[in-house]
Amino acid sequence: MRAANPGTRRRTASIALAGIAGALFGVGLVVSGMTRPTRVIGFLDPLGLWDPALAFVMAGAALVYAVAFRTIRRHREQPWFDAQFHVPARRDIDSRLVIGAAIFGVGWGLGGLCPGPGIVAGAAGSTSAIAFVVAMLVGMYAHRRIAARPRSPSQS
Amino acid sequence: MIGAASALLLLTHGRIAGISGIAGRLVQPPERDRAWWFAFLGGLVLAGVVSAAIAPAAIGTPARSPLMVVVAGLLVGFGTRLGSGCTSGHGVCGLSRWSARSLVAVATFMTTGMITAMIVGRVS
Repeated sequence: MRAANPGTRRRTASIALAGIAGALFGVGLVVSGMTRPTRVIGFLDPLGLWDPALAFVMAGAALVYAVAFRTIRRHREQPWFDAQFHVPARRDIDSRLVIGAAIFGVGWGLGGLCPGPGIVAGAAGSTSAIAFVVAMLVGMYAHRRIAARPRSPSQS
Repeated sequence: MIGAASALLLLTHGRIAGISGIAGRLVQPPERDRAWWFAFLGGLVLAGVVSAAIAPAAIGTPARSPLMVVVAGLLVGFGTRLGSGCTSGHGVCGLSRWSARSLVAVATFMTTGMITAMIVGRVS
């Protein structure tokens, strides 16, 4: 598709930008307090010392993304480093979605961590977060073995 | 920052910054398109390592006993895969796209999360 030399530079840029996106995402989680289980639980439990600040974190992120998403999709046929956008197209609301989200919510309320903050706090050396991430991967693996039957084979 | 990072991943790689989906790839057979995925995950890990070095207090301390944390992890892992997303994929990216699936998912996990946090907060 492209000449070899610009191709490798392009590939380096592609990997670097994905890394920057991950790092920025992770720092955003730390700065906003999402990696602190006590704060997350304080947000989820309005009967305790309710701390609604995290709602603004999520709303703020969603707002930024909403504007960016529309702008990017309007002006670009494809992303910089891929032939197409990989945006979910499903519209059906099935029992898996609701039951899965319900189970996730129970886990979130129980531990005060969701996947992103778990990974970041684990990398920061929190043994509790490392245990959380290992258990999370076990849960994901269990899902793959038990519940992933009718998925399209192309998913691999 | 979270919104901008998610937007950057969409612009450069056309991917939704859904952490449960990205983490879920760790327990799946490897896909062809691995470079962006590995780099993004590496960025997340780097953010944790750097934060621990310069602002360890920002990471926080565990809120629950180790047993509860492990059970929480199992539920989060299984639930996010069954429900196709977590706080980032459904919450940040999905709601912004006006995805009805994501709206239902967020309403559901916020409700069960709050109920769980309230119950656990009272009994422990």
